Amino acid sequence: MPDDAPAHTPATHDLGGASRFRCTPIDPDDSPPDDFGKRVDAVRQLLAQKKLMTVDELRRGIEAIPAEEYHALGYYERWLRSIASLMLEKGVIAPEELR
Amino acid sequence: MAAPPRPESVELLEKLVAALSARGILTEEEIAERQAITDRASPETGARMVAKAWTDPAYRALLLSDGTAAAEAMGVTMAGAPPLGVLEDTPTRHHLVVCTLCSCYPRAVLGYPPHWYKSAAYRARAVRDPRGVLAEWGTHLPDSVEIRVVDSTADYRWMVLPMRPAGTEGWSEERLASIVTRDALVGVALPRVP
Repeated sequence: MPDDAPAHTPATHDLGGASRFRCTPIDPDDSPPDDFGKRVDAVRQLLAQKKLMTVDELRRGIEAIPAEEYHALGYYERWLRSIASLMLEKGVIAPEELR
Repeated sequence: MAAPPRPESVELLEKLVAALSARGILTEEEIAERQAITDRASPETGARMVAKAWTDPAYRALLLSDGTAAAEAMGVTMAGAPPLGVLEDTPTRHHLVVCTLCSCYPRAVLGYPPHWYKSAAYRARAVRDPRGVLAEWGTHLPDSVEIRVVDSTADYRWMVLPMRPAGTEGWSEERLASIVTRDALVGVALPRVP
């Protein structure tokens, strides 16, 4: 690593103060989630209620998405990716069911 | 604007729901019911809490010491929700809430987080340039007012108790609540007398 490289590069999701967005205006969109988002959210709540996943597991799955995909995917698309990975990882569903 | 989901995401969601339904884990009825419950939560609840705190010193004390209990006192079900903290604005200190890591938000009292709260730009800039962020909402605070930015987490959620504006003397709680917007509860705007 060159001497002038930062000692610590924050993870993709760790956006507090990130220079990349320093000059990006905030999109004033304050619409509620679309039907897709609400449906993902409802599934997430039900799986939590049924003790099949926790918020921390959801976060782990979101934070594991590679940087470029993280920024390309919509907010609830990231949730869905995390939920699907968790359900596969726990053996709740089988990979062929999502193909 | 938030982009619509990609077709492959919509397809993945339907396959996931089908797989979970086939295993008896959830049903379409349960999904619809959960969605209806979630749709009912709105910033009007947070606004009612603020209006009550402006008129009732005992409730104000409860709100600042135990936001969860104060929400429950207004009929909100907080079981299963993370604790709620309430940040008291003063003439010399303003609060702004962000979730730099994702989107943690006091949904039980404010409803769904708006798109901008979850955006990379808001998350990145709220802690670096809070005055610049506030300016985008037309909120300009004098330099004598310190801005304290508070980062919400998966385990603790925050909302702001703004100051009651001048010109609202004698107003009913209901009328006071009508000027407390979601943006004021997050701290990007101030309650304004129309």
